[in-house]
Amino acid sequence: MKINEDNPITTLVSSVVAPFIMLFGLYIVFHGHYSPGGGFQGGTMLAASIIIIRLALGSDIGQLQFPSRLGTPLGSLGVLIYFSTGLTAMFFGGRFLDYSFLPVAHTPSHQRSLGILFVEIGVGLAVMAILVAIYDDLLGEESDD
Amino acid sequence: MIDFIIGHYSYWFIAALLLIGLYGMVIKKNLVKKVIGMSIFQVSIILFFVASASKWNATVPILEKGSHSVDIASYINPLPHTLMLTAIVVGVATSGVAFALIIRIFRSYRTLEETTLMKNLNDDAE
Amino acid sequence: MKLVNFGIIILFGLLLIYASAGLPNRGDADAVLNREKSPAGSQNAAAYYIRKSYEDAHTPNMVTAILADYRSYDTLGEETVIMTAGLVCFLLLRKRRKDNED
Repeated sequence: MKINEDNPITTLVSSVVAPFIMLFGLYIVFHGHYSPGGGFQGGTMLAASIIIIRLALGSDIGQLQFPSRLGTPLGSLGVLIYFSTGLTAMFFGGRFLDYSFLPVAHTPSHQRSLGILFVEIGVGLAVMAILVAIYDDLLGEESDD
Repeated sequence: MIDFIIGHYSYWFIAALLLIGLYGMVIKKNLVKKVIGMSIFQVSIILFFVASASKWNATVPILEKGSHSVDIASYINPLPHTLMLTAIVVGVATSGVAFALIIRIFRSYRTLEETTLMKNLNDDAE
Repeated sequence: MKLVNFGIIILFGLLLIYASAGLPNRGDADAVLNREKSPAGSQNAAAYYIRKSYEDAHTPNMVTAILADYRSYDTLGEETVIMTAGLVCFLLLRKRRKDNED
């Protein structure tokens, strides 16, 4: 894909707006407890901030920001974070995905709140990586090995 | 009669959206238009579940700050919203795989119309 | 042939509208899915989640508490679905490596 050099509005606006979209996506993931949001919604916003750079500035600069070979491994890492939270709870005496046995707080309700946070981080990471990977595969872009 | 119409008119609109999606999936001959019809169909089902979860004079299912007793009639039902989050993501995954399959079909057969495709498949089989 | 297809779709639409007349009024706080007890006498799930999600999990947002705490197993299956879709796209569409040595 070639960079559209005679379209300075799109280039300027997308390169200025993309970091703010990523910051807002992180805010949505981490404030899933107190306002509408959570893992899936925040992961989609993070993926949007990466795809807008690929659309507006071409695939060379897009590969510099987030190389294509990172897509599927980060998705597997997200599922691994989810699974290991459940296995840690089983390791400390509870059942699978029973967050009140995690060794991070003192009362069961605070332990469950932090367990929800870990799980949402895993979900957000997996959704972001897989959406960018589907975009890259459909358009046939590869990172330079 | 007026109560029946006020309580049920949203389901009629959602049925109309479902019919538009079904028309696109069944009658159109291009493969990309069929996938778009499937996406409209899924959206209508999601809207149906979310619309059936509402209550009069109730607010979003997030607890107000500083409230001690929880009144059930003042928060809308959160369970269909949760199920539909999963349904939205499944729809995205299905559309992604459908478009990947369409790209592979185009690389092999060089056409995306259903009638030409079926003729090519029958000619290959003979 | 096209007329028959259209006719079947319209018939299906009329069938949907006739079936939706059996649903309760939208927004009724006394409908069966919004009550405290189900018709079999057991606890209704939605009423329990609304009442107890703050004292069980210290989360004001009931939807996130249901999705990640009470029904976290379904969310695990959901994430596996996303990862499977990503892997399927990767396997279907990667370019074939050219073997130059053969």
